[in-house]
Parts: sequence; structure tokens; C-alpha cells
Amino acid sequence: MIDSLDISVVSWSKAQFALTAMYHWIFVPLTLGLAFIIAFMETLYVKTGDEEWKKITKYWMTLFGINFAIGIATGIILEFEFGTNWSNYSWFVGDIFGAPLAIEGIMAFFMETTFIAVMFFGWNKVSKRFHLISTWLVAIGANLSALWILVANAWMQYPAGMHFNPDTVRNEMVNFWEVLFSPVAVNKFLHTITSSFLLASVFVIGISAWYMLKGRHILLAKRSIIIASVFGLISSVFVGFTGDGSAIEVAHKQPMKLAAMEGLYKGSEGVGLIAIGMPTPGKVYNDNKDPYIFKIQIPKMLSILGYHDKDAFVPGITDIIDGGYTYKNKNGEEVVAPSTAQKIEKGKLAIQALADYTTSSAEGNKEMMAYHKNILNENFEYFGYGYLKDPASTIPNVPLVFYSFRVMVGLGLLFIVFFGLILFLVLEKNLEQKRWLLKTSIFMIPLAYLASQAGWIVAEVGRQPWVIQDILPTSAAVSNIGVGAVQVTFFLFFIIFTILLIAELKIMFKQIKLGPKEGGN
Amino acid sequence: MIDSTYIILQHYWWFIVSLLGALLVFLLFVQGGQTLIYILGKNESERTILVNALGRKWEFTFTTLVTFGGAFFASFPLFYSTSFGGAYWVWIAILFCFIIQAVSYEYRSKPNNFLGQRTFEVFLFVNGLLGTILLGTAVATFFTGSLFSVTKMNLTNIGNPVISSWQTPWHGLEAALNVHNLSLGLAVFFLARVLAILYFMNSVSNENIFSRAKKQLLINSIPFLVFFLTFVIWLVLRDGFAVNPTTGNVSMESFKYLHNLLAMPIVLALFLAGVLLVLWGIFKSLITDYTKGVWFSGIGTVLTVLGLFLVAGYNNTAYYPSTFNLQSSLTIYNSSSSKFTLTVMSFVSLLVPFVVAYIWHTWRLINGKKIDADEMKNEGHVY
Ligand code: HDD
Ligand code: HEM
Ligand code: HEM
Repeated sequence: MIDSLDISVVSWSKAQFALTAMYHWIFVPLTLGLAFIIAFMETLYVKTGDEEWKKITKYWMTLFGINFAIGIATGIILEFEFGTNWSNYSWFVGDIFGAPLAIEGIMAFFMETTFIAVMFFGWNKVSKRFHLISTWLVAIGANLSALWILVANAWMQYPAGMHFNPDTVRNEMVNFWEVLFSPVAVNKFLHTITSSFLLASVFVIGISAWYMLKGRHILLAKRSIIIASVFGLISSVFVGFTGDGSAIEVAHKQPMKLAAMEGLYKGSEGVGLIAIGMPTPGKVYNDNKDPYIFKIQIPKMLSILGYHDKDAFVPGITDIIDGGYTYKNKNGEEVVAPSTAQKIEKGKLAIQALADYTTSSAEGNKEMMAYHKNILNENFEYFGYGYLKDPASTIPNVPLVFYSFRVMVGLGLLFIVFFGLILFLVLEKNLEQKRWLLKTSIFMIPLAYLASQAGWIVAEVGRQPWVIQDILPTSAAVSNIGVGAVQVTFFLFFIIFTILLIAELKIMFKQIKLGPKEGGN
Repeated sequence: MIDSTYIILQHYWWFIVSLLGALLVFLLFVQGGQTLIYILGKNESERTILVNALGRKWEFTFTTLVTFGGAFFASFPLFYSTSFGGAYWVWIAILFCFIIQAVSYEYRSKPNNFLGQRTFEVFLFVNGLLGTILLGTAVATFFTGSLFSVTKMNLTNIGNPVISSWQTPWHGLEAALNVHNLSLGLAVFFLARVLAILYFMNSVSNENIFSRAKKQLLINSIPFLVFFLTFVIWLVLRDGFAVNPTTGNVSMESFKYLHNLLAMPIVLALFLAGVLLVLWGIFKSLITDYTKGVWFSGIGTVLTVLGLFLVAGYNNTAYYPSTFNLQSSLTIYNSSSSKFTLTVMSFVSLLVPFVVAYIWHTWRLINGKKIDADEMKNEGHVY
């Protein structure tokens, strides 16, 4: 038996989870958005009876199918990884976390699976109407699956609707609606699906632009661009709003993440937003280095973004670690923030109280049980801090989060302009002449993927070291397996997913080159 | 203090998980079929028919596996944490088999597919061979036990807060080396092939495939029966893991699983009816020109596997026993979610009949007609 957990198991398990999640996320956003775009196209076909629309629908469906298959291949491993690699986690919060995963299977995945079969094989077998309904149900099913998994993820960022039960040594759900409708979950869902609609719109525009450049399938390209640029423009504006909503949630619920997003060490009232900047490498929270090598700021913008108040106080990393500033807690009371060292103390008290509670329980000593339970409840808020060694370990990777956030937001603003421009030109029947813009459109596709991945890096790396905010650090969530085993599986997944990705891309490029078949396929 | 609603919920959820497991075993006919493509199809066009016959069903098997996992997680999280995190290699191997399957249908015959058609067919074969054997083997450990310990209070050990630990460095590989586990694994494999053959007989319209299928039916039914009977006879004779309902103590009891069958006549009836239906489906298809045997054998499979799962978890039995420390064994009482979560999930389970209904409806629409070579030429989407 090993007495002390090998810390490299944690790192490798994280690396494996990040690898598999990022692979899954290459394919998922396109599914979420393209499903709706196809449904719009088919609706137009059914409404107008125009065979060209059918051809367009079928063409995008082919690309959809290629992407979908590999999305499923990468999804299954994520689901089981919670057990295989985060086994402690699976017990500690499984009572809450498992439910959305099960609901996802029952409600969403079966719906997707069933109606995808109709979508692909049903053209000559079911009525036009039923086929159209099936296509819509695929889009709804896919987005329902996003809903449930994002509810699960949001709960990890902001654990709501639960309490800790010392008898079973785990967290238990007490209010399902609080889990489902937590403001973090609502925002996350809306931001994630709208950003996926955006990505799919960029994808459709980029490929259509390539056809225009080649002078092929002009009608298909034009019609696709009109649909995608309207959908994309609306979505991209929504992405901005919901992104702002996400930032507010982060400011209130995960102040350390917000500080990392901004590279903010020393907070103050009326903090500016760094539009462009470069955090100083090797900066430690309590040294005297200037946090930025250079920066261009928008005054007061961060206070406005995070709190919708230009003079709001935004704590920096050093403030959060040292404590002492006042903030509004969950119940809306003004309280003084404890230092991280104090939180660690409280966390250790909570963990010890749990141990003592169990001892008293085994002895059948009711009085002592009540006593220890009381200490546990008073300090449970900081339970996870008890596992941490020093305050500095609560700081995530600042430069990574900082740059990722800027990449995402910068591109988000760019996309709004892009969709507006494309829509304007295509309606003016002017787009074909703007060859530079058509070329740029192709180049926009990888940028959309970049923005989307960057978003997850902000969300997930920014919450480190927590797997459940304040309650469970990653290091206490991991399975008890040798680091060698995790290394082997890391490379296994890396190799197989990379091979499958190459296959997917080659098939996809080939299908794009071939273009739609006459009569549709 | 006994909370009988909670106990009913725990039994209800063991039933749901068992039912999903049973449906999964039936749907593994897709996997079985994947190992027969080259045996039943002797030219490209025949193989295309076979692949497409399976290709319209594979996602259901896959999604059932995913939902089985999700439902198990939601209702018995301690199993998820102990088994997946402990028997690491078996589960990773199973997942790997399913990853390579998921792309193979869609990519197999697409131009410029990088790995070549044969590679994707090998992926399908590996999935069919190892996926079935390993799943069967993993389920057999519900009766044979594994070497693990569970100590929830370890969470307060700050240096090493590990709840469940596997007590052998093999991390699950040991299960695949146990003959009794393997007998179930191989029984599942051959059953999957038998079901696939019956499925082809029912839904493919091609003389050559039909006559080859009939020959293969006998060849695969015999090893299926041998392995299945080995497993069942040994099961009713062996000692089992009994739970004392008042103290929660686990102890060995001789003929425990036989006792369970006798103590629960309904389960016994389900099980026996299941076995008879499986055999009837095979028998009738062998000696007559009957093509609908898959219905009998399919329903029979669901009932038989359901019976086995219920024997593993009901009647005060530890369904995931630890041979390292009997008291670490998982029962439906000590590993389940809270009463609240099980209640929420029970409301969700009311959706299941609707799901089954729309699956049924769409299957009938899509499969109204048998698959033949003409359809492969005229249909837009072909694997
Ligand atoms: C094409 C993709 C894309 C684009 C253009 C944007 N986002 Fe985003 N963003 C995502 C894709 C994304 C995402 C992948 O969907 C994330 C990851 C986790 C999540 O909830 O959504 C995300 C997360 C995310 C978070 C972290 C939420 C958390 O930690 O829970 C914030 C604060 C923002 N976004 C804010 C913005 C703002 C202000 C944008 C300006 C327009 C923006 N995002 C554009
Ligand atoms: C750790 C988190 C995740 C897990 C455990 C997970 C699990 C899975 C599984 C098991 C599948 C295959 C389903 C099937 O059998 O049909 C799948 C596919 C899918 N998942 Fe995920 N997933 C995760 C993250 C996400 C996220 C963040 C989203 C969306 C916001 C998402 C959306 C989808 C969609 C749309 C599919 C359909 C297939 C596709 O085109 O990709 N998943 N996921
Ligand atoms: C699909 C897009 C996602 C991406 C790209 C992503 C990315 C990441 C990254 C980079 C890490 C490692 C963080 C680090 O090591 O510092 C991570 C960890 C993790 N993520 Fe995500 N994630 C995604 C979705 C999700 C979802 C939907 C869930 C839950 C439902 C989730 C749960 C986790 C867990 C449990 C870990 C491991 C513990 C931890 O490191 O915090 N992730 N993810």
C-alpha cells in the first residue's frame, strides 16, 4: 500500500481528461450548430418544394454524419473516465453528478440516435413531414444532451442544491431545481450552445466561400451563406451577451478565476479591463514584480463587466490570498473575506470533525456526534481547502487563462463584424467579387474552433485546483492507480484519437472537394 | 431505523439497471454480426448488405451501453467509483473496443478514408470479439468477486484520501484469467453471434447469405450452450455472498444463488422462460424455414440476463463482492444514491416507455422491407 498519493498521478489524470475532453469538443460544437442549420434548410425544402434545397440539405447532412460519428467515439470515454480516473470524485459527488449523465442518456442520446437513423435512411421511407420533424428532433436532442452535461459541469463550478451527509461521507442532492436552474448552469448552457451555433455558421460560410472561389455550386453556396450568416449574426450577438453573463457569474462565484482571467494581482475599486497586455512570466503573488510587461487598459471596464457597477471593488489574486476586504456573501450580507490560510485551517477543522464524528458514531456517543457534526457544518464551506498544502496552490495558471480569455473575446467581437459584413454583401449580390473576403472566410473556420477551445480553457483551467469549487481539489478526486497505467492510457487515447481525427479530416476534405452529387446525396 | 420506501427505490433501481444490462446483451447482436461479415458474405456486395443491416442498429447498442453506464452511476455511484477506478484495464479495454467501432460504419466505405476499408472492418471485428467477451467477463465478477477494499473514512486521511483501492496490481486483468468469468464471456460472445445470425435471417433478403447463416447457426449454438451451461451449473452449485439485512454483515453461504432462485419463484420463472425462448428461437430456425426466430431468442435473452442480474442483487445478496475483504462488498443498500436522488431519477424513468415507443415506431418505418442488393444501389446513405 502506498501511504501518500503520488502527485504525478493527478497530473497525468488531468492531462488525460483534458486531452479527451478537448478532442470531444472538436466535434461537438459543429454537431450542435449544424443540426439546426440543416433543419432550417430542410424546412425551406418542405415549404417551397424546391429540389435544390433538398440537395443542399443532403449535402450538409453528409458532412454532419462524418463529424457526428467521431463525436460519439470521443464522448463515450469521457463518461466512463469519471469512474476510471476520478473514482473518489464519483463517490463524493456521484449522488448529484450521476443524475444529469443518466438523464442525458435517457432523454437526449436516444432521441438523437433514433431520429438520425430517419434522417439518413428515411428519405424514401417516411413522409416528408415526418422526415422534417426527425431532423428537428436531432437538433433538439443534440442540444438537450448539451444541456444536461453542462448542468453537471456548472454544478462543479458552483455546487448548489446539496448538503454533506457525514454518515455516508458524501454530498447528497436536496434540491433538483437548484441544480438545474442554477444561474451558472443557465448561463453556461446558453453561452455554449450559441457559441456552437456561431462555430457551425462559420463552418458553413467558409466552405461555401471556397465553392464560390472555385466557381462551383454557386447556388448552393449562396443559399447556404444566407442562412448561415443570419444564424451566425444572431448567435454571435447572443454569444456576447451570454459571455458577459458568464463573466458576472465568475466574478461572484469564482473570484480567483476572474483575477486569473485578468492577471489582476492587486485589486481596487473601479478596475480597468486589459484589452491587450502581457503578464510577467514567473510572477509570484507576493513578490514586487509588475504583473504586466505592458498593457492597454479600458478604464473601469472590469468593474462594469463583473459587477455592472463602474466603482465596484474587484479583488486581485493577492487580495484573495490575504483576505481582509469586504464582499457580499451568498445571503447578500457584507462580510470580511477570510485569508486563504484561514480557509485552510477551517478546512482541516472540517475534515478532522468528520473523522471524530465517525469515531463517536462507532462508539454510539450521540452527544459527541452532535458536537462534531456542528463543527463540521460550520466549516464545511471550506472543506476542500483542508487538503491543500499552502495558499499559493489555489492560484491557477494565470498566463494560460489570461491569453485564452483574450483570444476568445477578441475573436467573438471579430465574428460579429464578420457575419454582418458577409450578410450585407451577399444580400447586395456583391460577395462573389470580394475574393479577399472569401479567402478570409475559409481562414475563419480554424479561428472559430480556436475560440471555442479557448473558452473551455478559461473555464476549466481557471478553476484549478478545484474539481468542485472549494469542496474538493483535483488531488483528492483521483483514482488509486499507478501513474504508469495512466501514462499508458494517455498515449493510447492520444494515438487513437489522432489517427481517427486524421481519417475524419481526410474524409471531410474529400467530400467537400467532391461536392454535392446531382440529385443529392 | 428501516426506511421501506428507500428500500423499494433501491430495488426499483437495481431492476432498471438490470433491465438495461439485459437489453444491452440482446443488442450485442450487432457485435456478434461484426465477427461474421466475412463468414457470411463472400463478395463485396454481400458484405455491404451485411454491414448495412448492422449499421442501422449499432448506435442503439452503443447508446444503451452509455445509458447503462449513466444509470448505474446515478443509482449506485459506489459501484462506478470502485469498479471502474479499480478494474481499470478491463474497462479501458472495453471502451477502446467501442471507440474504434463508432467511426467504422460511417468511414468504412468513404473515399480517402486514410486507414482503408479493411482496417475499419478489422475494428468492427475486434469490437465484436473482445467487446462481448470482456463485457461478459466483467459481469461474471458480480458472482465471483474481486480483490478490493472500500473505506469511506479514508477521505479524512489528508495525505492519501482514497476511498476504494484495488488490491492487486493487475487492475482488472485478473478477471479475464479466471475460467468461470471467461465461461460467461464466451457464452455472451457466441450468443451474440447466434442472435446476429437470426437477425440476418429475418432482415436480409439474399439466398446465399441465408443458407450460410443457417449453417453457422448450428456451429455457433453448440459452443454457446456449452459455455452457458458451464456457467449456470457452476453458479447454482457455488457459494455466494449473503448479506445480513439487519447488520449489513456479508458472509459466505453455500448454494446462495440456487437459494435465491428458489426464494424468488418469479425470477426463477423469468430465467427458465428466457432460456426456453432462446432455445426455441434457435431450434425452430434450424429445423424449419422460419425466419423470425430472432424475436424468440431476443426476448429470451432479455429475460435470462434480467434473471441473472436479479439473482446477483436481490434477496440480500452482495452484487459486487470483494474477496479481499467481505465487508467491503457492495450491496444495493450500501452503494446506492440517496433517497432523494433515487426519487428524482424514478420520475425520470417514467420517460422510458415513451422512448421505447418512439424507437419502436421509427424502427418499423425504416425496416418495413428486408434489405437487399437493390436497396444498396438506390439508397442515398450506404455504409
Ligand atoms: C466560438 C466560441 C466562443 C466565443 C466567440 C466566445 N465564447 Fe466564451 N466560451 C465559449 C465559447 C466562446 C465556450 C466554449 O462555450 C465556453 C467554455 C465553457 C463555457 O461555459 O462556455 C466559454 C466560456 C466563457 C467564460 C467562462 C465561463 C465559466 O468559467 O464558467 C466567459 C467569462 C466567457 N466565455 C465570456 C465570453 C465573452 C465576453 C465573449 C465575447 C464575445 C465570448 N466569451 C466569446
Ligand atoms: C465530460 C463531459 C462529457 C461527457 C461525459 C460526454 C459524454 C458523451 C457521450 C457518452 C457521447 C456519445 C453518446 C451516444 O452514444 O450517442 C457524447 C456525444 C455527444 N456529446 Fe458529449 N460528453 C461530454 C461533454 C460534452 C459537452 C460539453 C457537450 C456540449 C455542450 C456535449 C455534447 C454532445 C453531443 C452533441 C454529442 C453527440 C455526438 C457528437 O456529435 O459529438 N458533450 N458525449
Ligand atoms: C468539452 C469541452 C471541455 C474541455 C476542452 C475541457 C478542458 C479541461 C481541461 C483543460 C482540464 C484540465 C485542467 C487542468 O489540468 O488545469 C479539464 C479538467 C476537468 N474537466 Fe473539463 N473540459 C471540458 C468539458 C468538461 C465538462 C462538460 C465536464 C463535466 C461535466 C468537465 C469536467 C472536468 C473534470 C472532472 C476535470 C478533471 C479535474 C480537473 O482537472 O479539474 N469538463 N477539462
